[in-house]
Order: sequence, then structure tokens, then C-alpha cells
Amino acid sequence: MSVDKDTVNKIARLSRIAISDAEADKMVGELNGILAWVEQLGEVDVTGVEPMTAVIANKLRLRDDVVTDGDVRDKVLANAPAKEGSFFGVPKVIE
Amino acid sequence: MTDFSRLGVVAIRDGVAKGDFKAVEVAEALNARVSAAKALNAFIVETPEKAIEAAQAVDADRAAGKPLGKMAGVPIGMKDLFCTEGVQTTAASHILEGFVPTYESTVSANLWKAGAGMLGKLNLDQFAMGSSNETSYFGNVISPWRRNDGSTAALAPGGSSGGSSSAIAARLCPAATGTDTGGSIRQPAAFVGISGIKPTYGRCSRWGVVAFASSLDQAGPMARDVRDCAIMLEAMAGFDPKDSTSLDLPVPAWEAGLNSDLKGKRIGIPKEYRLDGIDEDIAKMWDNGISWLKDAGAEIVDISLPHTQYALPAYYIIAPAEASSNLARYDGVRFGLRDLPEGAGLQDMYAATRAAGFGEEVRRRIMIGTYVLSAGFYDAYYTQAQKVRALIARDFENAWASCDLILAPTAPSAAFGLGEKNADPLSMYLNDVFAVPASLAGLPAMSVPGGLSKDGLPLGLQIIGKALDEQSVLNAGLAIEQRSGFTAEAGEWW
Repeated sequence: MSVDKDTVNKIARLSRIAISDAEADKMVGELNGILAWVEQLGEVDVTGVEPMTAVIANKLRLRDDVVTDGDVRDKVLANAPAKEGSFFGVPKVIE
Repeated sequence: MTDFSRLGVVAIRDGVAKGDFKAVEVAEALNARVSAAKALNAFIVETPEKAIEAAQAVDADRAAGKPLGKMAGVPIGMKDLFCTEGVQTTAASHILEGFVPTYESTVSANLWKAGAGMLGKLNLDQFAMGSSNETSYFGNVISPWRRNDGSTAALAPGGSSGGSSSAIAARLCPAATGTDTGGSIRQPAAFVGISGIKPTYGRCSRWGVVAFASSLDQAGPMARDVRDCAIMLEAMAGFDPKDSTSLDLPVPAWEAGLNSDLKGKRIGIPKEYRLDGIDEDIAKMWDNGISWLKDAGAEIVDISLPHTQYALPAYYIIAPAEASSNLARYDGVRFGLRDLPEGAGLQDMYAATRAAGFGEEVRRRIMIGTYVLSAGFYDAYYTQAQKVRALIARDFENAWASCDLILAPTAPSAAFGLGEKNADPLSMYLNDVFAVPASLAGLPAMSVPGGLSKDGLPLGLQIIGKALDEQSVLNAGLAIEQRSGFTAEAGEWW
């Protein structure tokens, strides 16, 4: 499988990364180089092999359904690039 | 007067405990060394006041007769991937420039609790993505090492924990934290002639560590010898309910358990790691390592890890896939950089922010990850890679039937020059060929110095152990350390 410029632009859109035309051109070659290399995985016989989900056997713990933190609004907002009162500020999304 | 830069973790801890010197004296001396070594660019932020503050607390505790921690009085470097409360944490990315966490990572908190102090935040490859420390937004880290031909060419300190490796080798700090996703502790340790261990996945909490690939990320110590690594790993490790993959197990007494007598241990030598055209120096060092372990009483056995060649391509699907998901959080809304072009809406703000904030390698990996997870390609790439990952883990399981530890080189070559491998991302990726399999299998693995190349540059030997058997890994590392006679140091040119 190989990608063309349209695909690169689509991936960039899905990744929410703005790219210029020149960057997209460059990326076509780079991604194809990497994808051609990883495609050797296709030659491995994986019949009957389950995809790995946990590298060390460990069961997910459940904890009591109680509040264990919170009440830290100012800390949560401390690094916001823009805030209004006690809210994150974002550009208008509804016309 | 004691030259504190020559003391390791044990010597500082014991000297402070005995009252030979004050922790504050050590902190002052190392603060001065850090500040005088700017040419290496190992630190993004220096925090001399933090080092002094921690040292004063240790000195006060000692004066009051209170018990001292495992790392009491030891000033360390903190890789800038660990969130530190009140101190900028960037992951070496523009997108987090100016981010000041309001909380402390579990691993760093454990270290401060053990009496360590912070000299500063260490440079790294951006979001830990890189093998040469050339992807940092804050500039390349330079290795203190130079080739022995009189050249002054700047060499890579390895990556991603390149600030850590450079600072320790230059004796700016006795030890530092590292993180290892696909070799990021072991390869830089090998490049500068120090030791470093990546413990079993789940030993060290990931909470408060800027995430790269969560199923692989593991923190570990880097230091100038094996004992120092054992002590620091004890201080860093431990169960943490805030990390769902943290192992709920007691932390073994690794330092007390150190024993370089390897009688009864079988050391596996994987034939697949002996690549065609293997570097001559690397091959020779590996053979030396084999004879040192034999001399320590171990039995050497040939083993096969048949899927080794697929580890790297599997890694370069799995790690970018996880990264593309983890790095979705950088949106210009809650923290970090925001780039809001005139009149832009929310979607455009996301795209502009991420384009401006992420470096080239990070953008590349996010896009690969997005692609391999996208509709229509998920099974062909991601699921296939996870199946291959299961086979790689099974290779190790099978190997443990005939051996207890595995010995291999850490990296396929000595340190390369900055800029030498930048043109082609693939040639950089190949540097992690020996390190990645243990990462994919979640196994403990350590690099210790194994000798010098013809150019006079350090080479590393890697020991891989069974899950949870850090002790045997450290013991074999110690056996090598006692026999390798590695005392070479970088000249102080900076």
C-alpha cells in the first residue's frame, strides 16, 4: 500500500495538523518509505495468534465508586492559554 | 577537598549519612558544574534552588537524628518528561513551552521522598521520539565524548534520554531519570559509557510522565555504575493506584540483593542479533561480554529469537499509533501553546496550534499513527503489528526454557555524529534494532559499558531478563562491570 498526496492531506486533516503543499509533497515520500518498510510484517504467519493487549499479565483493578480528587478548578485552569472566568476560552463555534 | 563530581549515588549518600560532608556542599558543587556546562545543552531548565532546598532538608534531618532516605543528599537530573510541580515541563516540545504542572509525577515524588534533590530538567528528544536528541525544540544535546582522532565533531548522546546521558557522563550529576519506550534509556547509556536499566513494564508509575506510547513507556534510572542504578530504581519503583498498569507488588531490595556470582545462571546468546555485517568493534565487545559472564560462573547457551527482525517494524506501527492517540490532548485549549490565526474557528485553531507546536519528527509519527489506525488500514497494520508483538513476546518465553538472561549489544554502533543520520528517518530508527524487542515484550533490560570502539567511543552491552527479574539483570551487569575494567571518561572540553 502506498499513499498519494491526497491521502497525506487527508491524514493531516484527521491528525488536526495543518500542512503546506510543500510539506505534503515531502511527506508522501517519507510516509511511503516507512510504510514500505513496515509492510514486511505481512510476511509473518500469524495464524491463530491473538493480538497482544497487555504486555505483563495484570488485571485491571476496580476501585470504590467514590470521589477521590477534584475541587482543583484553579489548578486545572492554571495553564490555559485563554480563559474567561472559570472557563476555558475557545473561538466561537456556533454562528 | 572532595571533588563531589567524582562521587556516585552510594558515595554521596553514605558520605552525607556518616557526616563526612554536608548535602548542601554536594548540591552547591554540582549546581556550579551544571551552570558551567551550558555548551552541552543537557538541561532545559536549571533549578539550583531546588537542589539546595532538598539538601538543606536532608542536612536538617540528619542533625535532628531522623532516618534518612535511600537517596538522601543525592542531587539528580530529571528528564523533562516528568511533570514537576511549579517547574516548567516541556517534553522538549514548543507545544508545552511554558507549561508549569500543578502536580508532581509519582516517580519524581518518590525520589524527593527518598531525599534526592533536583538540579534541573534534562533535555531530550521531543516527546521522547528520537535516538540522537536532535528532535528537541530546545536544541541538540552534545555528548561530552569526542573521537580519539583529535576531531572536535559533535557526537550524539543518544536518545531520547540524551540530556540524562550527557549530564551523567560529563559528571554534572551522579544519576538521572530516563524513560524507555524503545531503547531510550539503554541506547543513550551505551553511547556515553554509563549504566541504565529499564525495569519490567509496570514497575515505575507512568502517572505524571508525559505519555508517548503508553503500552511501552517505562521510567528507569541512569547512573555511572550498577549499584547506583539499583538504589535509584528502588527509590523510583512502587505500586501506584493512579496508574492502571502499575504492578501491585512490593519493591525488591535490589541493592541488598546484588551478587555478581552467576553460578547456575544460563546466559542466552541470540543468533538473530548477530546481523550480517555487524560492526567489528561491537562483535568483539559482545564476545568479551560472553567471556566475562563465563568467568563469573554463568553457562553460555545459544538461543533463537526468530521474530527479531520484525520487532522494529512492529514498533514503528504500535508506538506511532499510541502516540497519535496520546498526543491528541494538545489542542491549544487546556494547556500549552495556542496558535489562533485571525478569524480562525476551533478546527483551524487545532490544526494551526499542532502544526506550530509539534516538531517534524513528532508530526511524522502522529501522521503514521493516524494512518495505521484509520478505517480500512487498522487490521492490515495495527492488528497485524500487535499479533507480531505477541510472537516476539512468545520468542522470549520460549527462550526462558533454556536460559535465565540474554546478552546482546545495546546498539549496533558507537555514537554517531550529530546530523549524520537525519536525512532518512529509517536509518535513525534502525539504531534501536537491539533495544526494541525487550520493550515490546515489557522485559527488564539494562545497558552497561562494554568497552571502547576503535575511535575511542563507549560501547554498551545489554542484558535482558525475565519479567520481574531485575535482580538477575543487575547482578549480571555487576559481573560485567567488575570485569570490563571500563574507566574511560570524556575529556572536559566544554
